[in-house]
Amino acid sequence: MTTEPIGSRSPGTAPRSTLDGALRLLDYWTTAYRRTWRGSAVSSFVVPLLYVLAMGVLLGGFVEADPATLEGATGYLAFVVPGMVAAQSMTTVFGEVTYPVMGMVKWHKTYYAMTAGPLAVPHVVLAHLGFVAFRVAVTAAVFLAVVAPFGVHESWWGVLLALPAQVLIGLAFAAPIYAFSAGLKDESAFALVFRLGMIPLFLFSGAFFPVANLDQPLEALAVLTPLWHGVDLTRMLTLGTLEAGPALVHVAYLGGLVVLGWWWALRRLERRMVV
Amino acid sequence: MTLSEPGSMIHAADLRKSFGGFEAVRGIDVDVRPGEAFGFLGPNGAGKSSTMRMVAAVSPVSGGTLRILGMDPATDGPAIRARIGVCPQEDTLDTELTVWENLFVYGRYFGLPKAEVREKVEELLEFVQLTDKAKAMVDDLSGGMKRRLTIARSLVNSPELLLLDEPTTGLDPQARHVVWDRLFRLKQQGVTLVLTTHYMDEAEQLTDRLVVMDKGLIVAEGSPLALIAEHSTREVAELRFPVAAEGGTHEPLAESVADLAERVEVLPDRLLLYTHDGEETMAKVHERGLEPIATLVRRSTLEDVFLRLTGRTLVD
Repeated sequence: MTTEPIGSRSPGTAPRSTLDGALRLLDYWTTAYRRTWRGSAVSSFVVPLLYVLAMGVLLGGFVEADPATLEGATGYLAFVVPGMVAAQSMTTVFGEVTYPVMGMVKWHKTYYAMTAGPLAVPHVVLAHLGFVAFRVAVTAAVFLAVVAPFGVHESWWGVLLALPAQVLIGLAFAAPIYAFSAGLKDESAFALVFRLGMIPLFLFSGAFFPVANLDQPLEALAVLTPLWHGVDLTRMLTLGTLEAGPALVHVAYLGGLVVLGWWWALRRLERRMVV
Repeated sequence: MTLSEPGSMIHAADLRKSFGGFEAVRGIDVDVRPGEAFGFLGPNGAGKSSTMRMVAAVSPVSGGTLRILGMDPATDGPAIRARIGVCPQEDTLDTELTVWENLFVYGRYFGLPKAEVREKVEELLEFVQLTDKAKAMVDDLSGGMKRRLTIARSLVNSPELLLLDEPTTGLDPQARHVVWDRLFRLKQQGVTLVLTTHYMDEAEQLTDRLVVMDKGLIVAEGSPLALIAEHSTREVAELRFPVAAEGGTHEPLAESVADLAERVEVLPDRLLLYTHDGEETMAKVHERGLEPIATLVRRSTLEDVFLRLTGRTLVD
């Protein structure tokens, strides 16, 4: 039994910046990730293979499209792979910022422990979104690597740039959905978010077929969705058909969503926790 | 009082907290001095937890003045929270991490270097007698162990001021005594303790000075002994009767013994006779032919002070 004075060492300090505060949460996230990464590791290798085999090779075998309609791809497989990469960046995010956010704010109160010390809501949000960005980057990198042997990447520098593009796509979804989850009192709304939000986006945002196939006004609606911007950006990069104008529009659109989502997330979580 | 006493750990003047139209704290004045153990005693809903959340710099003040370690929580919240320790009423431990990991990641929130946190974690595990549980998952700990771990976690930044909200609520008597023992040691080391409780024995055991809160206001302030001396008598003779019938009370019984005590409190199942000599009073009660089903002579406690001040019992 110790009789050493407990109050003998340094006290804590207030973080110097939002980034400094978020970095103090790095050990939490790496410790938590070390306990769960094995489960996600297998699926991040197997899922891309299953998708590419089913949609790209087997279903794609029936697709006899004129390459002129495939947005620059030489075949359906090369067309669908970047679409699936972008779509996966979105679905990964839906999993990371719905139930887990509610768990940390409502069920396990992890956020309350994190903000009992010198950290505050902006640090918590930045660290959580940083972790989501990391998860998106890892799953996208694995996907792009696993499909490389199929010869679907036309541009190597484009593939390298597609990785930060996935992080941008991921954050464009993560920040607003995080904000939604952070203020939510009850988890039953998540089922609707998945069924009426994620699945229609996944199916109709140009990942599996050119949005030009849709009748107006559905095509106009499809090109307004964030996932279409992500799909088109990713496709231009992996096919080496990058055009500066449209690419800038995609980046600005997705970046705008990140900024708006960030602002909304801080507001929602502060209203929930600082009472 | 608007000026802070020099060196106050906590200074509150006319402190208020409202939630919408409901005023949970209705203007309280408190000064906590360095090194003392200070208590907020009161029933559930008295405003203790709302006060503690404001003092912990996580809940904005609705009115009045609040200074913690001389700083204003409205502008210096992070700096205040960096130097205090908080042991919340609900355990917010991370159940997916081990005991050791819970302390380590928490220490890192304070901006302390890894090596220093590691050393501190070992020291704290020993202090709360959980060294052999370092690798256990939090879910496998008993309630008392979880509470000790939460206390250890609140000490990771070597705080000058430790806030404990209901530190032993829900613990069995043995686990409570272990927690009390640890808190005594912290007090001996000079840590200022501020705790809320609705247990009078906890307040008597742990605090040098306390305030009694009721409905968002402070109704009395002083040391446990001084409060008892001021608001109660030395002894209490308790006469237990069958619970009064619906609509009836034990008032008529109380009137028949009113002259035997300084004061008589009437509860649904008993009379409390406040007197300097309980045995003597009890003898006189028996002479009058009253036949209670049980009797007890005891010393006055804070429970009696609370009953006197508010007309209600602390724990229903």
